[in-house]
Amino acid sequence: MKIIGLIIALVTGVLLIGATGDFPDWADPASPASTHLSPHFIEKTMEETSVPNIVTAVLADYRGYDTMYETAVIFTAGLACFILLRIFVREEPGDRLYRHLLTGVTVRVKEGMELPPSEDFERIDATWTPPDLIIKTVCRFLIPFIQLFALYVIAHGHHSPGGGFQGGVILGASIILLAISQDLRTSVRRMREKLDAVLCAVGVIIYAGTGALCLLLGLNFLDYSALASVLHCDPVTARSHGILIVEIGVGIAVMCTMIWIYNNVSSTGKYDEGL
Amino acid sequence: MGDLIQIVVAKYNYWIYITLMMIGLYAMIAKNNLVKKIVGMNIFQTAIILFYVSTGAKRGATIPILEHGHGAASHVFHAVDYINPLPHVLMLTAIVVSVATLGVALALAIKIYNRHNTLEEDEILAQIREK
Amino acid sequence: MIWELDLAILTLVVMAGIGAITVKDLLGAAILFGAYSFMMCLLWSIMGAVDVSFTEASVGAGVSTVFFVAAVFRTTRRTKD
Repeated sequence: MKIIGLIIALVTGVLLIGATGDFPDWADPASPASTHLSPHFIEKTMEETSVPNIVTAVLADYRGYDTMYETAVIFTAGLACFILLRIFVREEPGDRLYRHLLTGVTVRVKEGMELPPSEDFERIDATWTPPDLIIKTVCRFLIPFIQLFALYVIAHGHHSPGGGFQGGVILGASIILLAISQDLRTSVRRMREKLDAVLCAVGVIIYAGTGALCLLLGLNFLDYSALASVLHCDPVTARSHGILIVEIGVGIAVMCTMIWIYNNVSSTGKYDEGL
Repeated sequence: MGDLIQIVVAKYNYWIYITLMMIGLYAMIAKNNLVKKIVGMNIFQTAIILFYVSTGAKRGATIPILEHGHGAASHVFHAVDYINPLPHVLMLTAIVVSVATLGVALALAIKIYNRHNTLEEDEILAQIREK
Repeated sequence: MIWELDLAILTLVVMAGIGAITVKDLLGAAILFGAYSFMMCLLWSIMGAVDVSFTEASVGAGVSTVFFVAAVFRTTRRTKD
């Protein structure tokens, strides 16, 4: 199999290198990719949408239909991971382990018996390891700042590199950092599973709903200048605000999908200890 | 000889991108381990994204964020000053779709490991043929 | 575009790519894949694609590597090829 693979890769590589004879020179300003549609985008973005970041404007406004389906694809991938891996186990019969928070003593409770409800005991598994003090403290300080930076990236997508995807991934990464530095149960307590799944769908609905709202107000689907009557501004500014609303929808969907996939993959669906 | 040097200097970037694509393709076909195949898939995807983004590069142009941001609706922009933003837009979608596919592929690999207790492709096929 | 920097980072990218599929330890392959992603991000910054580079840095060198490490932890770390 390796010889066949090597021969296939070599033959394909040689054919492709032969095809590069027809390509335009690298970084040529007169290449066909740069001369048909992109001059229109570069020259007209400012006067039609008043958004300086051309990539965000094209992504969310001129090609907004593609981005809406991409958000749906991300939601579907999170859903597929959930359906493949998640196991809803009934409480297994057997002894349970509890840990007293103040002294660190582990208590084993036999099956059938109950611990009196109190705040001092936390449920652990047999594979529990104590989180490292330095990592736990440093991450607890860093996570709010990471989230603040992620919100800045989403909001400033109009003027600097950034936008909905990047900010959403950074927000998801902050919750994953909480799960890694402490354990999965802490992160699930902060961001519950049902809220996560529902918010993922809400992100897609915000995007599609904005498009449908534009349709209801009289113009085409995802034509944001129809929002001028709702937001009381001129159509050019309405397009800029429409881009911001859909970027928020995309950011929410991407954040929840990253957290969802991480929760399912790192605990193989059982939501016990995680990594 | 000067002609050959000219061609190499103009096109060596494309050749290195094709080398990366072929590394990814070889890993997807020839490796036995499932996680190595998934790594090969991701290498292939990022190499293709690299190729597309490189078609938008322009010599002597700046990044695609328009200057004179506020209150300059009457300022004229020339397309030759900014690099082509269209491949960037398409590739943003491709990167996020690639991470979504990676999540599903890893979920499948974990399920296969739970069932067969190995990640090597030939051992899995032997176990399926025995049943 | 500085061609010396371009060529150096391209060489590192090819080396990281070959390393990621050759090492026998799956955790090492995951970390090398993270390094490969980060070198790609640098390449795109040099070419001027700042949005793509930002996304690859957060998605490829961040979340994608974490998914790989989580999956390797849950299955097995050794491989024969």
